[in-house]
Amino acid sequence: MFTAQNYVMASSLEEAYTFNQKKANAILGGGCFLRLSKKRIHTLIDLSALSLDKIEEFDEEFRIGAMVTLRDVETNDALRASFGDGFYEMVRHIVGVQFRNCATIGGSLAARFGFSDILTFLLALDCEVELAHAGRMPLCEYAAMKPDRDVLACLYVKKNGRRAVYQTVRQTKTDIPVLACAVSVLNGEYRAVVGARPARAMAVSFDPADPDWISKTVNAFSFGSNMRASEEYRRHLAVVLLTRAYNAIREE
Amino acid sequence: MVVTITVNGTKYTDDISPDLPLLDYVRSKGCLSVKRGCETSNCGLCTVHLDGKPVLSCSVLAVRANGRQVTTLEGLEEEARAFGAFLADEGGEQCGFCSPGFIMNVLAMAHELDDPTDEEIREYLAGNLCRCTGYQSQLRAIRKYLTSKKEG
Repeated sequence: MFTAQNYVMASSLEEAYTFNQKKANAILGGGCFLRLSKKRIHTLIDLSALSLDKIEEFDEEFRIGAMVTLRDVETNDALRASFGDGFYEMVRHIVGVQFRNCATIGGSLAARFGFSDILTFLLALDCEVELAHAGRMPLCEYAAMKPDRDVLACLYVKKNGRRAVYQTVRQTKTDIPVLACAVSVLNGEYRAVVGARPARAMAVSFDPADPDWISKTVNAFSFGSNMRASEEYRRHLAVVLLTRAYNAIREE
Repeated sequence: MVVTITVNGTKYTDDISPDLPLLDYVRSKGCLSVKRGCETSNCGLCTVHLDGKPVLSCSVLAVRANGRQVTTLEGLEEEARAFGAFLADEGGEQCGFCSPGFIMNVLAMAHELDDPTDEEIREYLAGNLCRCTGYQSQLRAIRKYLTSKKEG
């Protein structure tokens, strides 16, 4: 468990940004992952007073605040109406309801966890993030950056009709994934995302008309070994899960 | 910092350290059913209701409960006893270590879900680990408890 000397309820994003410039300070998301660290934090920065706990639907996109919990996106009717079971599938294996009532979308994205179900699925959709200083940028660009001192305010998910299917393999039901895959399609253009390689999720485009699409797609990703699985097994799983996801999307 | 937190209907005002987990705060108020089982935000034993929603009190800081309502097993004695009887009848309570968190999450589920299927029950309770039962006896107890609630 970390220790913290001070606590500040930020009254604006700018104030949160200013506090977050000090390396000894940390933003408090849901606290689920932070509590596993032994960091000695000077000031905890809380974004709870900035109305970032809302899911708002607009004509062309959803805005999901950084403090929205994983359980909120799982059970939100508007997200379900636009993306079917996608958001539910994205989070339903993550520990349990109590954990998902704590963990936040902002915390999950800002940490850019290699094992992230959330990053893998969201990279299959067309998303942007909004940061206190850098402004809006595509999620794929943000995901590829090293964690920095900017403050993630919200996530935007485009309502452009892109359909996505999410697949994972886990050793036990609530563990982090051995491999996470998503396939999406918009106007006949396909995208494959692979996460928990065990490195962080990445997206590539593919053309299913090419008879070698699956081997070419899998070869576009690097895989590694860790305590959960070998590189070879992950590579094999990627073929299986991407094929399943592609077949599922074709059958929809 | 100074916080005001309502625990099981009683309002407390305290000056607390910002890194104090809610779990330790409610234990300091005598709620000893709330325990640490895993230290990795995984086991569900520390489950309490924060404004009615089940959360892991080992991961939520007490400062986050400022101005809010916290309910532990001690505050839901009647409901807990009613469900506990079904649990005992089905042999769903063995060593009993996981029971407080498990019962808190079952009661949250009973409030949140209407007529859940077995799969929905399993999914809602996936974050409550039990090393004794294999979960079958617990599932039977939940089904019977929900049926009895429905029939009034």
